Amino acid sequence: MKLTLKVWRQKNANAKGHFESHAVEADEHMSFLEMLDVLNETLISQRKEPVVFDHDCREGICGSCGLVINGRPHGPQAGTTACQLHMRSYKDGDTITIEPFRATSFPVIKDLAVDRSSFDKIIQSGGYISVNTGQAPDGNAIAIEKEQASDAFDSAACIGCGACVAACPNGSAMLFTSAKVNHLGKIPQGEVEHKHRVKNMIKQMDKEGFGKCSNVGACEVECPKEISISNIANMNRYYLASVFGGQ
Amino acid sequence: MAWLIEFLTSSIGKKLVMALTGLFLVLFLVVHLIGNLQLFYGDGGQAFNVYAHFMTTNPLVKFLSIGLYAGILLHAIQGVLIAWQNKKAKGSNYAVTTYKNGTWMSKNMALLGILIFGFLCIHMGDFWYSMKFTDTVPMITYEGVDYQVKDLYGKVYLAFTKWWIVVIYLIGLIAISLHLIHGFTSSFASLGLVHKKYTPIIKMIGWSYSILIPLGFAAIPLFVFFKNLWNY
Repeated sequence: MKLTLKVWRQKNANAKGHFESHAVEADEHMSFLEMLDVLNETLISQRKEPVVFDHDCREGICGSCGLVINGRPHGPQAGTTACQLHMRSYKDGDTITIEPFRATSFPVIKDLAVDRSSFDKIIQSGGYISVNTGQAPDGNAIAIEKEQASDAFDSAACIGCGACVAACPNGSAMLFTSAKVNHLGKIPQGEVEHKHRVKNMIKQMDKEGFGKCSNVGACEVECPKEISISNIANMNRYYLASVFGGQ
Repeated sequence: MAWLIEFLTSSIGKKLVMALTGLFLVLFLVVHLIGNLQLFYGDGGQAFNVYAHFMTTNPLVKFLSIGLYAGILLHAIQGVLIAWQNKKAKGSNYAVTTYKNGTWMSKNMALLGILIFGFLCIHMGDFWYSMKFTDTVPMITYEGVDYQVKDLYGKVYLAFTKWWIVVIYLIGLIAISLHLIHGFTSSFASLGLVHKKYTPIIKMIGWSYSILIPLGFAAIPLFVFFKNLWNY
């Protein structure tokens, strides 16, 4: 299939970006990123600079890829990362606009790659548990109720790609932060540090300059791991409890 | 005290202030509508005017009204600040925005809020200001009431005979309705009150409230306007 791509090109964080049009010949079995690889091969053979985009595992679990395709983070398919999106979702002759994630806390590094280290700093502020892991423990050494474990796992599915921030009209990172808070707070190993974690992670999230949630719900629609917005309400409640109930 | 300031300036603290002041204003609207329904009494305005006199002179109501003014201002100022900060956090927007996530209301709460604030200024200038600070509302005496009261009823009826005032009120009420459709449910989420069993109920109450209460208010200018038009 023949496609026209309108790709965002930007030299660095301070440069003014612009759209560049390219014609690409793709196969319907290709993933979206493989289609971009074809574009880059062509650009390299023409001695032009390839389009920079983030990617790593290409199997939808690392959270590295992140493109806004025709206005939607990770493209049109629900519960799918850009790397798992395939060209069979498009028709011959389509024009596809590809932009980077847009948020002030995600400055563009180059072209379609954005700097998501603000997420790393939120994780560093509390997205962990402080125990020595040592050898792999026995799976059922600590008994956890099935429902509680499933709840924690639903939140743990977050791969930290940042699509929630990209989709949010307020540039808010509350879906990401709340997924981490719920994931770690609902299991016994993480519950010990729960109150401090909530406070510290929200403090860091605010410090990174993310916006405030106004319950629009765009984040949960675009999340490739379908993290529910109810995580945010839970985090609000935990935060109120840790501020007013804690020491 | 440092912890409280840190809380109130945090993103969730700011949302909590919006939710609590919003729900307080939601409660006020009910009281306001019940009081105003006395305009329909058909007793030449006695019940409404005596009620209006009570609401402007009773010390407890006067004290509560300070809380109301503070609540409105806090909600309005905080809301505009949050909208401005959120705009800054988003930075630039996408070139393609054909796919729409979330309701129009949820993304335009600040715009609706500014419209409502503008409407409130007109509304309060019309009645609250002229009743409290001017002599444009004439005094009236009723049998069985041993004090003079201002004829706010007459003022309301006179205002709503003008079509353009009725239109302004209807626009204001539509804005309030849209603002509430998102705001009512959203305030519960901001307070952390989301639950599989109860959220659908909150949503249903929110929708009914957001439509019925503005409809109740809209009935007043429409009733007066058409009553006057048809000389009924």
